[in-house]
Amino acid sequence: MAEFFNTGLGMVLLILAQCLLVLVPLLLALAFLMYADRKIWAAVMKRKGPNVVGVFGLMQSFADFLKYIVKEVVVPAGADKTVFFLAPMITFVLAVISWAVIPFNDGWVLSNINVAILYVFAVSSLEVYGVIMGGWASNSKYPFLGSLRSAAQMISYEVSIGLIIIGVVISSGSLNFGEIVRAQDGGYGLLSWYWLPHFPMVFLFFISALAETNRPPFDLPEAESELVAGYQVEYSSTPFLLFMIGELMAVVLMCALTTLLFFGGWLSPIPGLPDGIFWMVSKMFIVFFFFSMVKAITPRYRYDQLMRLGWKVFLPMSLVWVVFVAFMAKFEAFGGAYARWAVGG
Amino acid sequence: MKGATLEDLLREYAPILIFLGLAIGMGLVLILAAVIVAVRNPDPEKVSAYECGFNAFDDARMKFDIRFYLVSILFIIFDLEIAFLFPWAVAFKDISMVGFWSMMAFLAVLTIGFAYEWKKGALEWE
Amino acid sequence: MTAATLAFYLFAISTITGGLFTVISRNPVHSVLWLILSFLSAAGLFVLLGAEFVAMLLIIVYVGAVAVLFLFVVMMLDVDFAQLKAEMTKYLPLGLLIGVVILMQLTIAFGVWGFSPEAQNNLAAATPTDVHNTAALGQLIYDQYFLLFQLAGLILLVAMIGAIVLTLRHRTDIKRQNIVEQILRDPEEQMDVIDVKPGQGL
Repeated sequence: MAEFFNTGLGMVLLILAQCLLVLVPLLLALAFLMYADRKIWAAVMKRKGPNVVGVFGLMQSFADFLKYIVKEVVVPAGADKTVFFLAPMITFVLAVISWAVIPFNDGWVLSNINVAILYVFAVSSLEVYGVIMGGWASNSKYPFLGSLRSAAQMISYEVSIGLIIIGVVISSGSLNFGEIVRAQDGGYGLLSWYWLPHFPMVFLFFISALAETNRPPFDLPEAESELVAGYQVEYSSTPFLLFMIGELMAVVLMCALTTLLFFGGWLSPIPGLPDGIFWMVSKMFIVFFFFSMVKAITPRYRYDQLMRLGWKVFLPMSLVWVVFVAFMAKFEAFGGAYARWAVGG
Repeated sequence: MKGATLEDLLREYAPILIFLGLAIGMGLVLILAAVIVAVRNPDPEKVSAYECGFNAFDDARMKFDIRFYLVSILFIIFDLEIAFLFPWAVAFKDISMVGFWSMMAFLAVLTIGFAYEWKKGALEWE
Repeated sequence: MTAATLAFYLFAISTITGGLFTVISRNPVHSVLWLILSFLSAAGLFVLLGAEFVAMLLIIVYVGAVAVLFLFVVMMLDVDFAQLKAEMTKYLPLGLLIGVVILMQLTIAFGVWGFSPEAQNNLAAATPTDVHNTAALGQLIYDQYFLLFQLAGLILLVAMIGAIVLTLRHRTDIKRQNIVEQILRDPEEQMDVIDVKPGQGL
């Protein structure tokens, strides 16, 4: 049997099995996260939320899924058909393939490449195409305006996300998620994770992630009071479902990134307790909970305020932080205490 | 992954390619499922573009504000800056003083540009 | 044929197909999309060479930023395709002439093409064995290629200023929000509380 897995075909099958092992639990988790999102939102507003399908409404997402499949696919007149269907595909595929480099436990990663962060950064910089293409292909005013806005918003916040990541990379000296997490394993449990030396950046990263994934309070592309549903107006049925899955998966990916970069991934918060996938998943869920809460309690930003926040507040702040971290580490300020903490040497 | 040969390196990329294929396959299956299962009954009113109740009177792909163009050009510049920062951050521990200060000079030059932008009001959305 | 060779041909074919359709597509937006395919396949080729960092950079900078700009431009231009076609036939002879000249130059270049003796060795050890690609680049760029690096910074500065000079037009017919001014306003100075006696007015 072991021989078989060394042949070409065996290896492909093995990798395929591993891919399914990541993808299937991920999609299942997504269904329940969707439900959790709606329940949390409902709880904040003192509503009940979904409670009909299954026990406590747990099966709601699956019912929605079936509903999407039997809905009619409406292609608007004047739409560019190829691009119209390509757009949701791109959104979905890009949201999925980022997960290939995300480790869930020590060594539990599909492809352990050296440039994992760059890969995720590259894939998320492509996500803007799903939006632009969707808006352009629909040949309708609201989607077009929504997609333009959304594109400008996504690229603006990518700059600050990139700079924040640079700060973490200075500390860890690696672009591989596994090594970044191992660099945070300092023996003081949660005190040796990067959220403490990079404290202000955790908030900046979280807020930029909200803007990057078009979540409220930055959900301007689908600001329903002015743009109906932004670039998704003309979409129905499974193409729309693909957009939804893609968006939610990008949100969960941002949860995973926050966990890996600032909260020690699979490391246990208390020294002595065993590390493991349990910690990774619970941390991701906590971050997701904050994503939901923000959605429930904040009003939407205005577009000029959003651009101002991205370019005039986050960009200078993260740039200054990179320089600050670099100086602290290079010149061993405070007797090298900060450098040892943040750079680990 | 230090000291890996090219072959080992490529082996790490193989799952990405297979994962990509899997994701594309899954997306196609979902779209095709709806195309096959769901009824299709288009009529002119249904397929007309959404326009708050009246008929669309113009091509929707119109000219738009040049500011979007400016934002994307500024984004390219800052993206390149980040691209230059990545190898520097990775090799931070091994970098000499010259390397450190050369990056600081680079950042200073771009900060001048950033200040110019700010002063000119290029970062204001209107 | 190994998997790497197969992948090479796959990426090479899709790079060329992407390039071809970029040129012959009728719709400029489709052209940009084909161009993106071409960039992505080129990134795949870089990975096959072991140049991981350059591959990712190609995607981040060219696909994630430059092609977005292209898309904005072709969407903004609002080109009349029929007219464009007519123009094309007019300039076809000139275009063909330039094409032929470039082809001749390429032929001359390939005529004297030869592999440098070190090329094979360099290929075998594309990256130093003890550090990976990105770190190896990091140790070179900022120190050894100091001048080129600083020149790159200056070029970026020029690009930034150029973009602003060319595209920035201030509109005067709108109200702007000045957040700093709003925050710094002092309520004491902005508002007077006057006790108005009934029947007297101000």
